[in-house]
Amino acid sequence: MSKSLPSPTELSAARLQRRRNAERRFKLYGQMAIGIAIGFLALLLISIGTKATSAFSRHMVDLTLERPDLATETELSVTEVNLAVRDRLLEIFPDASSARAARADLFGITTRLAVLPLRDRLNRNPNLATRPIRARLALSDDLDLYLKNQLSQHEQVYVGEAGRLAQTDIGRYRLSDAGPDGFFDFQDRIEAMGETRQDILISLSDAWFEFEDVSGAVLVLKHLAGPLPDFGEQSNAPISATLLNSVEAGRNASNRQIAMMLYLQKRDQIDRRFNTSLFTNADSTYPELAGTAAALFGSLFTMLITAIFALPVGILAAVYLEEFAKNTVLTRVIEVNINNLAAVPSIIFGLLGAAVFLNTFGLPRSVPLVGGLVLGLLVLPTIIIASRAALRSVPPSVRDAALGLGASPTQAVFHHVLPLAAPGILTGAIIAMARALGETAPLLLIGMVAFVSEVPASPNDEATVLPVLIYKWFSGAERAWEPMTSAVILILLVVLVAMNLLAVLVRRRFERRW
Amino acid sequence: MLETLGHLPIGWLLIAPLAAAGFFAFYSGRTQIGALSTGSTISARLNSQPNFHGYYLAFCTALPAALIFLIYLIFAESYARSALISELPTYLLERSDAQVSFFVDRVSEHAAHRESAATGNALFDASVERFAVIKGGLRFFALLIAVGVGALGYHFGGKRLSRSFQARSYVERTITALLFVCAAIAILTTVGIVLSLVFETIRFFSLPDGPSVTAFLFGTDWNAQTGQNFGAVPLFFGTLMIALLAMFVAVPIGLLSAIYLSEYASPRFRSWAKPVLELLAGIPTVVYGFFAATLIAPLVRDLAQWINALPFTPDTLLAAQPTSALAAGLVMGVMIIPFVSSLSDDVINAVPQPLRDGALAMGATRSEMIKQVVLPAALPGIIAAILLAVSRAIGETMIVVMAAGGRALITLDPSSDITTVTYQIVSLLTGDTAFDSARTVSAFALGFVLFGVTLLFNIIALRVVDRYREAYE
Repeated sequence: MSKSLPSPTELSAARLQRRRNAERRFKLYGQMAIGIAIGFLALLLISIGTKATSAFSRHMVDLTLERPDLATETELSVTEVNLAVRDRLLEIFPDASSARAARADLFGITTRLAVLPLRDRLNRNPNLATRPIRARLALSDDLDLYLKNQLSQHEQVYVGEAGRLAQTDIGRYRLSDAGPDGFFDFQDRIEAMGETRQDILISLSDAWFEFEDVSGAVLVLKHLAGPLPDFGEQSNAPISATLLNSVEAGRNASNRQIAMMLYLQKRDQIDRRFNTSLFTNADSTYPELAGTAAALFGSLFTMLITAIFALPVGILAAVYLEEFAKNTVLTRVIEVNINNLAAVPSIIFGLLGAAVFLNTFGLPRSVPLVGGLVLGLLVLPTIIIASRAALRSVPPSVRDAALGLGASPTQAVFHHVLPLAAPGILTGAIIAMARALGETAPLLLIGMVAFVSEVPASPNDEATVLPVLIYKWFSGAERAWEPMTSAVILILLVVLVAMNLLAVLVRRRFERRW
Repeated sequence: MLETLGHLPIGWLLIAPLAAAGFFAFYSGRTQIGALSTGSTISARLNSQPNFHGYYLAFCTALPAALIFLIYLIFAESYARSALISELPTYLLERSDAQVSFFVDRVSEHAAHRESAATGNALFDASVERFAVIKGGLRFFALLIAVGVGALGYHFGGKRLSRSFQARSYVERTITALLFVCAAIAILTTVGIVLSLVFETIRFFSLPDGPSVTAFLFGTDWNAQTGQNFGAVPLFFGTLMIALLAMFVAVPIGLLSAIYLSEYASPRFRSWAKPVLELLAGIPTVVYGFFAATLIAPLVRDLAQWINALPFTPDTLLAAQPTSALAAGLVMGVMIIPFVSSLSDDVINAVPQPLRDGALAMGATRSEMIKQVVLPAALPGIIAAILLAVSRAIGETMIVVMAAGGRALITLDPSSDITTVTYQIVSLLTGDTAFDSARTVSAFALGFVLFGVTLLFNIIALRVVDRYREAYE
């Protein structure tokens, strides 16, 4: 009895509070939904952008071929130039010539085909081959990735002063200390690391060693690269250790290759520069030599064919449906058909292309001509729908005035309505072309995934396009393909954004309110 | 001479003389009629303006010739191929059709590129030469007929030009007919799709190693790469599962964004947020695929492994594959958000304002008004939007190709890799020319099912939208 029922005022206040809370919650859900969508977009762009940046630059090794001795009567082959490059590398690292593994490491610094630009230069100008010539070669993809990602995680440690260096076995050395301090600090540090210790490189003046063991006053080392200091004399040079953050078995670059790169880098023979070949080279099986030129031209030719086919046909079809078609069954069938065609999955158009263009008409595979036609059919409904909307937005008074002054319906449409609708049509056309440019699936079915190592010269040559190149590079096994793929995505997105901006500009500049 | 002609890239060479002939006929027609009128006022007495006479003559000349060229383009290649095949030595013809067609493909390619360097294979080089001669002959023949037809058209068209000739009416009728042809290409596309899918599907089921229709539609074992088992149920299951996962993402986010943008957002926020949302629709699907495979799929696997490692779950609860249904579904859902949101936005905006005003006047809060008045009124339209989005998800290819894997499994585990209809179509048809094995042709049967299902969804959705639009107009 003591607790009285809540009064009606209290009840309604509580209910109001509940309803207001519900209102706030609902609004919050809406904001969260938009936030999630935009957040995903941002995440996508940022993740691709950060991955792509590293592909826009790459490391080149800079060699001067002193006596190339390449002057021959016939054209130089890749192998001949490659031999000269290898000779030069052996001059820099003479110790590598004795052991097979060391030679493999040394020659793995660049891939065989990296000399292609140099060979072409020499073949174009044979006089060069008799003088010292500067060769900039792309570093192999694994080493390039290592320098880009891991170099900043190396840690430098001071070990001590160098005493005497003595050889114990082929390639094995003992380095004693010079002073009373010994290598005790370093030894403590090594012992503290215990099982988690990763590979360590030791440098003494220009020589690079792999660290094997330390005991008080003596370091046990394995020579990797660079000229050795004199044996038996106390040099008092500082010894420094480079702590790598990985072990040799866990990566593609060997310790010797890392030492060679550090050696070359100290002599300014490795530098990081803008990756021009990304835009000038065609596709390659080696990531460090692959470029987008063939795909760029392939996309260009494909878009050309698409535009030549789909724009006139689409616009004229829209003119027919909007201005001339009588309301017959046939017209309605065409309209329903176009609306449905716009929602057919793109891969079905690929099947159509494979069955009709390739199989029935016998057109060649992998060519922009067929790709352009397939994409043209694909975007035709989009162009028709956009053009119809643009034509519909031109007020009837324009037609009536033209007809009233004696123009025929054809004249009214082609002299007055169509020019007034042109900005709207153009906007729709640009957006449709942007869609065609990003389309991948139908092109896979008509064979545009072929490996194309030459820039196509006409729509009838084998080619690939940018989105398909993304798919192909994505499927590549080497890790270096991932930043390369991101870079192509970035290029494609930039082109698409430019096209969409153009569409917006056209709309802003020419839009008329009636 | 014929051989040289056979080597040339013909397409561009045909268009130039055609255009030249058209221009010539246009100016010739205009001057002819101009010559009939010798004074400044005469043109007023012409039935049609001189330009129309020009157009008439240009049409008379160029259209029949263009028709000849079109017929040539459609039939020449296949005719030349069959002519070449009929002349090939019998030992080559005894090989499989695929090998013969590959041989002819390469011959045709060489002839088109005119690679002067002989390959060393005597039969091949002779075939290239012979092929070029056959094609050159066909081209010469086509050119001859085209020139003849064009000249005849020019001659008889020119004869009809006179002061009283109704050139304008003829020209305009021709233009209208051309416009109709353009509109009919859309129909032709559909006919082409349906016919090619139907024919190849029938062929698939009638092949000796092809399955029966029921085995295809209801079999649960898919192993097409080896050409053994064609039970497509795992593919249908995978497709539906990924589409469902995508819908779990796209429908709530898309619908709530649409509601917020149309009912709550300030015009300024709406003016930039809506285009940004629509950017999601403009990103190529291959980019989404890359995003799904490189960023989302590893996250999904880590999450699945974490769940497996929890103390109260069995260690093998989830498959935790590097490519997974969930990764593909999530990203596909993000891709579809703008479809759901922009279509729902349209239908929500189409709900008449008096309904809203009435609800608010009765004391409803905004969210009550939306939930109890606007959404029920817009429901058919929203369902249509969702149907369109589902059909989009079913037909999506690149995301599943890159992030969903290829194993034909029936499993409810979202962290397992799974395959879809579109994935199989791509993997069966990539890099294969011969259409004679059950393996390749099965892609068309899958395409047929895909086309049928998406078409059904689209038709229902478009119907609903249309009816709904009428209801409020």
